[in-house]
Amino acid sequence: MIGTILDWLLSAQTWQGDDGILARLLEHIGYTLLVVVIAAAIAIPLGLWVGHTGRGRWLVSGANAVRAVPTLGLLFALVLWLGPRLSGELYFVLPSVLVLVLLAVPPILSGTYSGVAAVDPAARDAARGMGMTGRQVLRDVELPCALPLILSGLSSAMLQVVATATIAAYVGLGGLGRFIIDGLAVQDYAQTAGGAILVALLALVLEGLMAAIQRLVVSPGLTDNPGRQRSRRPSLRSRTT
Amino acid sequence: MDWILAHLDDIGRLTARHVVLAGVPLVLGLVISLGLGWVAHRVRGLRGIALTGSGLLYTIPSLALFVLMPLVLGTSILSPINVIVAMTLYTVALLVRTVVDGLDSVPPAARQAATAIGYGPARRFVGVELPLAVPVIAAGLRVASVSNVSIVSVASLVGVSQLGDLLVDGFNRAIGGELLAGTLGCIVLALVFDALIRLGERLLTPWLHTGREASA
Amino acid sequence: MIRLDRVTKQFPGGTTAVDDLSLTAPTGKITVLVGPSGCGKTTTLRMINRMIEPTSGTITIDDQDVSALDAAELRRGIGYVIQHGGLFPHRTVERNVASVPLLLGHDKKKSIARARELLELVGIDPGLGRRYPSQLSGGQQQRVGVARALAADPPVMLMDEPFSAVDPVVREQLQDEFLRLQGELGKTIVLVTHDIDEAIKLGDHIAVLAVGGRLAQVASPHQLLTHPADTFVADFLGKDRGYRALGFDGAEVPLHHESTVVLRDGAITDPAPHDDPWTLVVDESGHPLGWASTDRLGQITASDELALGGTLARRDGSLRSALDAALSSPSRRGVVVDDSGTLVGTCRAHQVLSVIEEQERPEEERVPAHEGGEGGDDGLDPRAPR
Repeated sequence: MIGTILDWLLSAQTWQGDDGILARLLEHIGYTLLVVVIAAAIAIPLGLWVGHTGRGRWLVSGANAVRAVPTLGLLFALVLWLGPRLSGELYFVLPSVLVLVLLAVPPILSGTYSGVAAVDPAARDAARGMGMTGRQVLRDVELPCALPLILSGLSSAMLQVVATATIAAYVGLGGLGRFIIDGLAVQDYAQTAGGAILVALLALVLEGLMAAIQRLVVSPGLTDNPGRQRSRRPSLRSRTT
Repeated sequence: MDWILAHLDDIGRLTARHVVLAGVPLVLGLVISLGLGWVAHRVRGLRGIALTGSGLLYTIPSLALFVLMPLVLGTSILSPINVIVAMTLYTVALLVRTVVDGLDSVPPAARQAATAIGYGPARRFVGVELPLAVPVIAAGLRVASVSNVSIVSVASLVGVSQLGDLLVDGFNRAIGGELLAGTLGCIVLALVFDALIRLGERLLTPWLHTGREASA
Repeated sequence: MIRLDRVTKQFPGGTTAVDDLSLTAPTGKITVLVGPSGCGKTTTLRMINRMIEPTSGTITIDDQDVSALDAAELRRGIGYVIQHGGLFPHRTVERNVASVPLLLGHDKKKSIARARELLELVGIDPGLGRRYPSQLSGGQQQRVGVARALAADPPVMLMDEPFSAVDPVVREQLQDEFLRLQGELGKTIVLVTHDIDEAIKLGDHIAVLAVGGRLAQVASPHQLLTHPADTFVADFLGKDRGYRALGFDGAEVPLHHESTVVLRDGAITDPAPHDDPWTLVVDESGHPLGWASTDRLGQITASDELALGGTLARRDGSLRSALDAALSSPSRRGVVVDDSGTLVGTCRAHQVLSVIEEQERPEEERVPAHEGGEGGDDGLDPRAPR
């Protein structure tokens, strides 16, 4: 069994072409990055605003409530509802990307918000008291202090997107999920398991990459004292796919 | 709505399977996590290994894990065992950290007092540390339960049936009612699990819910 | 000089935090706002740098109305120290200290160099400058907080419970160093505390606030202890008020010659005959080392075998320290030294008490003359009783 999977994984033929591993891998990475960037562009400013002003906290709890909706249901509903209004490639790409963004926003939003909310009130008070403007407090104190939790949120969102993009192959999206779904359809276990291994590896590599980025950009003053910082809370890490 | 009323039997049967596939791993995962968490809490060297290992395990996407289970377990791809084991792994991955955090949150004074009056490590764990860690552990369990209920529905793609079947079938045949029924079923189930865990937490921590008159 | 003129702060919801407060904090002095929680002391402080805007009334710094200035710019010119230090966890210690100069657009290299000087000034090894706040102790963080407030050399400093978050031993050390620093720098300081002992120790003037933001009394520490305006102030001052007031009374106490023996090269060479059970041992230059039991004088070989026997009083010190030196000495004779620590004689408790008794009576006439320099100036609230 393992032999056939290895054969599939290592044969040059499966790596080449428009539906080869390389193309699917790049597709998967492409969708993931696109979605995380869009979600971050929405969620980080929103989270900073909620955390800085203390207003609109319902946005965060509301976004978290979305977790109770099964991913599969959300994905299928959007494709059925939106698909017929779109043409060509967009038919399944747009609904899938929308669902992925929808699922990526809550962890980033809640990470950003909790990061800013967890900033030591004394540090914030001191920043204001020494004459920083509201913008300076946000940029020079709140944002850098919130960075560990923002990055946790980002990496959690990334894993959610990698996992959900895999499933979205069922509604026609490209990416590594294709091998699993297509393999299941034709009962080609080697292809299915091979695809699964590739997806798992991709997730692990991306997680490692995020950890490296975290180490690079977060001030050592925030991480030297592991006892004080719950760097990764379970609610941020949890996935729904 | 009509579709739901016409298929109450199916919905009931699939819901029961969903409860088993999401609930059994929750219980198994909790028990395993308590053991692992206790060890990781006591043996500092193992803490890093346990936390990193569970973190890496959790990064594996659910569909991939379901599909790879037969390779490890030697089961058929259609076996529900795959899903139960995979979901148990996810639950453990989430809860080990929570259990360690929960045990860390026990006030050192309570722990020392227990030792001082003659509790051994095992009785101290069951009698003092565990009860005091319940709120933190329950919070983690609630997160895991919501996550489990949603992830289990993915198992329909590998042919293990539960409420996710309604989603897949509803999508394939474009029956909005069926899709809605599956989605609502999952949401309701998640809420019920959540309520049960809250109830359990309340029953296990009566000292947190004594109200004002008790302190007088 | 900071002047608050009929300042009132009502929070939305109707609670009055500060009620028609008029107060002056003179230039170069430490003015302490003290009172129980809910007395509006922190609100008062935060209105000075416009962290909170008053509902009515005016606040001026050197006759400049603060409400006419840009809030952020105003604050950059005022040092601000808070409980726990409020350091930025993501910035190194020296970068923390350089925060205000960099906000003001000063050169980065110069600001960091200045930060290192300031760290040294507040007693932090500049080598710690590259560390992060989480790597420092609570007391060190507090010192860094003070250094940060001093960085742009502001003439005015606002301090909100700056020493409350550390243990009593460290707190006392920080207070002493703070007073030394203020002796060098002469800033105009407004300091908030809930601790009346801290207020008495640090304040040139103390404003006691009552719940609801009412000003109960403004006075010098000595005046406050000897003449509390009402029972609220008296209660707030707490126990041993009369005894503590002695700490501010300097007066000559009768000194007695004390025959001493010298500890030289690990032995007492001249055990003079003495009928008192206790003999004072000094070193070769006349610094007192401690008391020895007279019949054991021959056996003493090192100063740690001596009973140090309580505090040393300084000749120009307070009556409280003279009395305490006498009461805590095993021979009941208090050891009095001069500025260089050389023995000048001993004092007796009953004679210190006589001095106190003679002093108490004419005190009311004495107060204006004695306190005139600080108590009556700058329009401080005249409600302190006569």
